Amino acid sequence: MANIQKILKERILILDGAMGTMLQRYKFEEADFRGERFKEWEHPLQGNNDLLSLTQPEAIAEVHRKYCAAGADILETNTFSSTTIAMADYYMEELVYDLNFESARIAKSVADEFTAKEPLKPRFVAGSIGPTNKTASMSPDVNDPGFRAISFEELRVAYKQQVEALLDGGADILLVETIFDTLNAKAALFAIEEVKEERSIDVPIMVSGTITDASGRTLSGQTAEAFLISISHIPVLSVGFNCALGADQLVPHLEVLSKRTDYAVSAHPNAGLPNAFGEYDETPEQMAEQIKEYVEKGLVNIVGGCCGTTPEHITAIAQLVKEYKPRTIKKISISV
Amino acid sequence: MSESKPKYLKLSGLEPLVVTPENNFINVGERTNVAGSKKFLRLVKEEKFEEALDVARNQVEGGAQIIDINMDDGLIDGKEAMVKFLNLVIAEPDIARVPIMIDSSKWEIIEAGLQVVQGKCVVNSISLKEGEEQFVQQAKLIKRYGAAVIVMAFDEVGQADNYDRRIEISKRSYDVLVNKVGFAPEDIIFDLNIFPVATGMDEHRLNAIDFIEATRWVRENLPFCSVSGGVSNVSFSFRGNNPVREAMHSVFLYHAIKAGMNMGIVNPTMLEVYDDIPKDLLERVEDVILNRRDDATERLLDFAETVVGKAKESKVDLSWREEPLQDRITRALVKGIDQYIVEDVEEARINAEKPIEVIEGNLMTGMNVVGDLFGSGKMFLPQVVKSARVMKKAVAYLLPYIEEEKLRNPQVGDSEGAGKILMATVKGDVHDIGKNIVSVVLACNNYEIVDLGVMVPPEKIIAEAISHNVDIIGLSGLITPSLDEMVHLAKEMQRKNFTVPLLIGGATTSKAHTAVKIDPQYGQAVVHVNDASRAVTVVGDLLKKESRDAYKQNLKDDYEVFRDKFLKRSVKKEYKTIEAARKNKFKIDWSTFEMAPPKTIGIQVIKEMDLEKLEPFIDWTPFFRSWELHGKYPDILQDNVVGIQATELFADAQAMLKKVLSEKQLSARGVFGLFPANSINDDDIEVTPIANGSVGVENNKKFVFRTLRQQLQRREGVPDYALADFIAPKETGKQDYIGCFCVSTGFGTAELAAEYEKDLDDYSSIMIKALADRLAEAFAEYLHKKVRIEHWGYAADETLSNDELINESYKGIRPAPGYPACPDHLEKLTIWELLHVEERIGVQLTESLAMWPAASVSGYYFGNPEARYFGLGKIKKDQVVDFGNRKEISVEKATKWLAPNIADE
Repeated sequence: MANIQKILKERILILDGAMGTMLQRYKFEEADFRGERFKEWEHPLQGNNDLLSLTQPEAIAEVHRKYCAAGADILETNTFSSTTIAMADYYMEELVYDLNFESARIAKSVADEFTAKEPLKPRFVAGSIGPTNKTASMSPDVNDPGFRAISFEELRVAYKQQVEALLDGGADILLVETIFDTLNAKAALFAIEEVKEERSIDVPIMVSGTITDASGRTLSGQTAEAFLISISHIPVLSVGFNCALGADQLVPHLEVLSKRTDYAVSAHPNAGLPNAFGEYDETPEQMAEQIKEYVEKGLVNIVGGCCGTTPEHITAIAQLVKEYKPRTIKKISISV
Repeated sequence: MSESKPKYLKLSGLEPLVVTPENNFINVGERTNVAGSKKFLRLVKEEKFEEALDVARNQVEGGAQIIDINMDDGLIDGKEAMVKFLNLVIAEPDIARVPIMIDSSKWEIIEAGLQVVQGKCVVNSISLKEGEEQFVQQAKLIKRYGAAVIVMAFDEVGQADNYDRRIEISKRSYDVLVNKVGFAPEDIIFDLNIFPVATGMDEHRLNAIDFIEATRWVRENLPFCSVSGGVSNVSFSFRGNNPVREAMHSVFLYHAIKAGMNMGIVNPTMLEVYDDIPKDLLERVEDVILNRRDDATERLLDFAETVVGKAKESKVDLSWREEPLQDRITRALVKGIDQYIVEDVEEARINAEKPIEVIEGNLMTGMNVVGDLFGSGKMFLPQVVKSARVMKKAVAYLLPYIEEEKLRNPQVGDSEGAGKILMATVKGDVHDIGKNIVSVVLACNNYEIVDLGVMVPPEKIIAEAISHNVDIIGLSGLITPSLDEMVHLAKEMQRKNFTVPLLIGGATTSKAHTAVKIDPQYGQAVVHVNDASRAVTVVGDLLKKESRDAYKQNLKDDYEVFRDKFLKRSVKKEYKTIEAARKNKFKIDWSTFEMAPPKTIGIQVIKEMDLEKLEPFIDWTPFFRSWELHGKYPDILQDNVVGIQATELFADAQAMLKKVLSEKQLSARGVFGLFPANSINDDDIEVTPIANGSVGVENNKKFVFRTLRQQLQRREGVPDYALADFIAPKETGKQDYIGCFCVSTGFGTAELAAEYEKDLDDYSSIMIKALADRLAEAFAEYLHKKVRIEHWGYAADETLSNDELINESYKGIRPAPGYPACPDHLEKLTIWELLHVEERIGVQLTESLAMWPAASVSGYYFGNPEARYFGLGKIKKDQVVDFGNRKEISVEKATKWLAPNIADE
């Protein structure tokens, strides 16, 4: 793998945009989700986007290709929910290894295809590690604030399975993202450290939290700086924010990170805030205009898109940031 | 990667805690420790976790920056108790905002704790006691869990109990952690064992001084690490004698902190102020702690017997009264102590050649210190206002002498001040808290203030500015019509060829309005200044002879650029016609809707509201904002930056509020009415006043509220709101209702404020106004609740906490004319007429339709569960014309009143 740390010093890297938004365009129905392999599955599968890596691999590869063509340097695997915890909704805990392995493999083959075409712009694959659908430091039951629906240990085990499969499938980077509860992320980082130690490898880690609303805090209540401190025990490639907010609303929080961390800073915001129908309607131009503030202020090293973004958005962002220097990175993570 | 850069211990709860040299000392709360607190142990044993949480909360409120939690007791399941308690703590944001110290001698309890806390904790503790292998393994896991660690000075041989052993063990531990485990050195905290002194045993005599010296060595030789310890151990042999123990704690801390101890477990109530320790006790305690004499222990023991039992009285430290005169004056000004200022100023006057020198010399020296501290963020607004109170007293005392001197010696008596500034709240506006604050702060900086008060007509401002030959004019206003007044005044100043700069401030003003509307009207400098601290530098720059022209030019350029940008931006917005907006109104399904009829229809008057009932309804956050202390109450009281000031201000406010309540210094009155109503012609609300026994209303006369509708082109599917949308249209045939109200707590405020001002006490004058404003808002909140539950009764079963009230989580709204949903002030006239507000409770409307007394709130009640607050935003000319027609007023008049909301063509 080309040295991503080195490239990060030279230019701003582009992360891809939303997978879900693109998959919606295919209008897949229950039968498409099932494919041949899960024709007889006892439970409904429509909506299990991660499963499409097994049943509609061509569609997944096509989306990756569009993002590569749009100028993305880093592709995210289609594995946001590929943990035993999130897959329990579909009774597909047993499939977690396959899901992560195949998703990473598809992304990697597209990345290799483009790297071969443009050796000066190597493409990387980031294994997407979502927050799961349970929180380790908040109670789902308002009447029992001491209750927890999931433990650190359960999360650690689930994340470890996901990490191992992603690496086996060819992921170059591990991206712990959309962190709304820092304790979940700490379990993921704990698992990654275990895998690194057991395999005697080093792998770049991207960490990306989510500021949920105008309060400027994560869902679990931390400020941007408190979040940063809480995940700073692991040497990472980058730390950043994604999802929940549009690009302009992320600025103050990115400023905190940019000022306080020696690592690279990443951002992949949504295409604005959802409208009354839950759709994101910010245009590529509008989004790029807001991202301009990031690069003018020198706040980021990696930038891309989350919910509602499309290859058109990524093209606009990639065009924009070409003209700008990346934020200066003081520390490059090389763990001992 | 640079090694030279300092690395600081960083911890986090919901909020960060970065331990820098400026923090001096991090106080770890120790009451949530079953080994240290019998009460906490009992609560945990009895599973009274709610009360146990209160213990934690009290510590955080009391200033603990980290809380230590320990569940090591033979009779409880430590692991289970730790996890259960931590999970509960994490659910309490006011506790969980600080980092947690997980304290146990059992690794399984520590690890269980680490698995439930999202923030960066401190583990208390690990050591080499069981050998290096276990030490390394635990440290590795702590690192992976992302925590800092306390390392006890303990190894395979035993606990370090002298200087050399402390150094030997800490050096070895540090090397293993940093080099073998890769532990971040700034995440290492050494507990170097605090042992008791004065035990009577010779080998204990060095216990304190060895700790202190070892601390110094560790901080100098083991880069970036911290030193901590449990302080109360040191005084163990004086159990039962709190005065001696408290003195020992503070002496020990004084020296240990100097040596580099930067964290520790200290009970703040068991601590004497070092400077307040009586000299004889201090000497004996220091002899013991620092091991200065062979008979130190005996001497302290003898002395201790004389101190036993003496109750601790709260005494004021008056040692500063012994200091030189200038120091005393400076201290009085910085601390805001007015008790001795007259006597000190008199002493200065006798020494001075001329009385004016006391002001220009002694007092200004002190005020410069105040100014510097304020400028550098070390003092906050409430303190500066207190300083001003002292200054005013001093100047008032000197004035007769200065006048006398002038008569005797006319040619040399005049002094040239820094500059003269006229301050006024513009015509029609009655709000002056912000203006008064800026005046006080400027006065503190030696500017002479000509304060014309509130509701000042433009002719008077012009005339007074000329007659006083002022250097700057400052205008303030809170309600939107005041913006026009300011524009008008700027034109007048231009017409009269004024050259002095114009300052614009007040809640309704903005840089945008100043740049777009005011600045182009006046050829001289115009500046928007919205906080007191900036006012000082702006005024300084405007008046500095050498640089003022350049500064003015910069300002003009800046405003021009800003104006261009602003105008360009606002062009982009698109609007729809009022017809189109009406078609896209907010639609409620009226077919299934039945509005609960009010229990009592008609008008009711509250002649004398009991203020005590309003106290729980007060929202304190805006109170702090009016003093330029920003943050949400109650968190603001613990804020790292302004917490101390906020706490002090809050205590003063509570004291004044208590007085106001107990002496009934303010009186509160209210009037409200609930009426049948329906919306007509889309945007109007027709109200049928109905007489009810006590109050007569002209029969048959219908009243109409005119509401305004959003016109900004927004996303498909988003309705264009008007308040009328929340009332059933007449054609539905459904009977609906509306309410309106006016409450005031301002009766008596002006008199009280005037009295305080007579005593030269601006601080209290501003305070009483700010409190009256809060009480008025509380009254509005209180009455709204009463209306929902009793008088209208559509939400009879509602139970909401005060916080939920402030967050407006109830059903129905109470929008106020002049605020975002209905920015038009004119509708106040309709409310006044409908309710006979002035006749019934005496609240008047000024020509700009501000309410007088200022501490008043008026508005409507909408009961529909779908009613919501919204912002009208900008509207177009077509609606302005339509509004004028509906209201039967000229387009000019409609344009004037709606001006701030009319979009540019």
